[in-house]
Amino acid sequence: MTMTTLMTATSLPGLDAPKPVPLTETKNLTMGKAINEGLRQAMLDDPKVVLLGEDIGALGGVFRVTSDLLAQFGARRVIDTPLAESAIIGTAVGLAYRGYRPVCEIQFDGFIFPGFDQIVSQVAKFHYRTQGAVRMPITIRVPFGGGIGAAEHHSESPEAYFTHTSGLRVIAVSNAQDAYSLIRQAVASDDPVLYFEPKRRYHVKGEVVPELGAPMEQAVIVSPGTDVTLLTYGALVSTAKDAALAAFDEGISIEVIDLRSLSPVDYAVVEASVRKTGRLVVTHEAAQSGGLGGEIIATITERCFSYLEAAPVRVTGFDVPYPPAKLESHHLPDLDRILDGVDRVMGRR
Amino acid sequence: MIDFSPQLVQLLSIDGERMPRPDFDPWVDDLDGSALLALYRDMVVVRRIDTEATALQRQGELGLWPPLLGQEAAQVGSARALRSDDFIFPSYRENAVAYCRGVNLTDIVKVWRGNAQSGWDPYTVNMATPNIIIGAQTLHATGWALGAQRDDIDAVAITYFGDGATSQGDVNEAMVFAASFQAPVVFFCQNNQWAISEPVGVQAHRNIADRAPGFGIPSLRIDGNDVIAVMAATRIALDRARTGDGPTFIEAVTYRMGPHTTADDPTRYRDPAELAEWKTRDPLLRLHRLLTSLGELTPEVEAATQAIADAAAAELRAGCIGMPDPEPLSVFDHVYSTPNATLERQRADYAGYLTSFGTQFDIAEHNGTV
Repeated sequence: MTMTTLMTATSLPGLDAPKPVPLTETKNLTMGKAINEGLRQAMLDDPKVVLLGEDIGALGGVFRVTSDLLAQFGARRVIDTPLAESAIIGTAVGLAYRGYRPVCEIQFDGFIFPGFDQIVSQVAKFHYRTQGAVRMPITIRVPFGGGIGAAEHHSESPEAYFTHTSGLRVIAVSNAQDAYSLIRQAVASDDPVLYFEPKRRYHVKGEVVPELGAPMEQAVIVSPGTDVTLLTYGALVSTAKDAALAAFDEGISIEVIDLRSLSPVDYAVVEASVRKTGRLVVTHEAAQSGGLGGEIIATITERCFSYLEAAPVRVTGFDVPYPPAKLESHHLPDLDRILDGVDRVMGRR
Repeated sequence: MIDFSPQLVQLLSIDGERMPRPDFDPWVDDLDGSALLALYRDMVVVRRIDTEATALQRQGELGLWPPLLGQEAAQVGSARALRSDDFIFPSYRENAVAYCRGVNLTDIVKVWRGNAQSGWDPYTVNMATPNIIIGAQTLHATGWALGAQRDDIDAVAITYFGDGATSQGDVNEAMVFAASFQAPVVFFCQNNQWAISEPVGVQAHRNIADRAPGFGIPSLRIDGNDVIAVMAATRIALDRARTGDGPTFIEAVTYRMGPHTTADDPTRYRDPAELAEWKTRDPLLRLHRLLTSLGELTPEVEAATQAIADAAAAELRAGCIGMPDPEPLSVFDHVYSTPNATLERQRADYAGYLTSFGTQFDIAEHNGTV
């Protein structure tokens, strides 16, 4: 196939098309490549898996996450769509109706809103609406978060809109292994999944074992500790681990939890940790008001009130529209702001 | 060759005369007296059901009802053109389509009584349940058609929507996608002249059918109160889709003789003279005239038809009133297909709360329906 070949909707990969080769051994991969491998495996596992999105074909997506999949699976399964997010989601609904398992790519976080109605009013509600008759095994992949010096609408963290919506599952990955394992689980899920990919971590490498790993709804303790529970997800997991190392030098033992599943939240893991530490800091890039941190802190306060040694603390993006690139370092929680939050919950400030 | 010019297609005049049209006639040459009588029977029954449902709403048995009065030919003619494996994505007014599809009458009103968000299992009749977000279902139909295309089957998706919906982004996006991928989908627009209180002129400065060619989709503008023209146009569109020629847009020009829903009051915005004018174009009246001239509609047949309609109305009423209220804890059912810890906790808490009253919780009493 050449770059100029126009792939029609019904064309199949040619006889000389490269065969998709699955990941069969442990490899050091970037997070972007790990998602690519996960998608390839998901497409090999189930012929009903189809990909829809803008520029996901010959280009392989603006982040190259779908690289080579068009050549390997053909345009019947890797569909470069017209530029209309509502239609990407809405046609995925129709495909799901017919037994397909669509994976939609939303090019950037800030572009999801034209598709918001189809996600919230249709994808999320169909199973409930039809009393279980119609399933929506749709995965919506969303590169999210800031820190890449991008233009407006390219750095947002819209996850709370979706965790507030019943009927959706929401995942945010933080590393290559989870990216691989959880995209496979998301695609295999019979419920719709919003799958958030922290775009500033796309190029960070990590070891990937070609396994499904722990169920996607499970939170994971990525750094054990005893004094403070530090809860986060996505790009900030790495920063939180750095914070745990830095605090350790100051004699504070931080337990870092990578939430992974934002809906449902794995409260069993969070509660157990807070009962142990008595202190909770939640950090996310998304704005504070109405954010996931507030919800988690409210729930933990309800369930673990008598275990708390101090009021839980939020370290989040400010309640501002995502700022211009030259200001984003002030907006985004970083190592020092997280450590400041830890100091506050420890009563050191 | 079908003439896709923007001229209104009419095969049955207001006076009940069959009007010849060489490109359309072959598509309805099987419509003999008994076939036409069957269409008439459908139309009489759905009008009777519609009237009964409106009455049930007025009596407090339904929360809301969207009448289809005046649109019987558009819905019956198109629905009866479909194959059983074609899939329908309706808005919320296609109750005649549901009837033709064999949906249980009680199931048709289940949504409007407030017992469920969906009255039937879409897969049992190959018809999705009502979609209330305006135009959203056109994308679902297009997606379904993309699936059918990938499955190499010749079943077709048809989606129903109104003149108001043509202003929605989703409908326009659906046409872009359908044209781009040449999807086997039929866009069936019932232009009933009114989107609640807004006349069609607010939505479109030209005929709605004129838009589709701009998307690369051939369109037909037909008299939507002429059941023969509706059936012919739908068959033409279905055949194009089945044979790989892609989408077709049909604008069925009709009239919403009643309110938007039972909550609406058209006297606030509509000239009664307009309604009077459209009554002369009543879809049942003109088919009645044709059948009478053909000698098919004897007084006995007419009485038998009315009896069928009355029996359907009685069945609807009994089924509606006899519908049991859903169990309280079913409010938690089917949010997800897999267990969800957060939701299970809420369910358990609420179950405990209900039990705390010490007696069996009576949902009917709670809802004031006893």
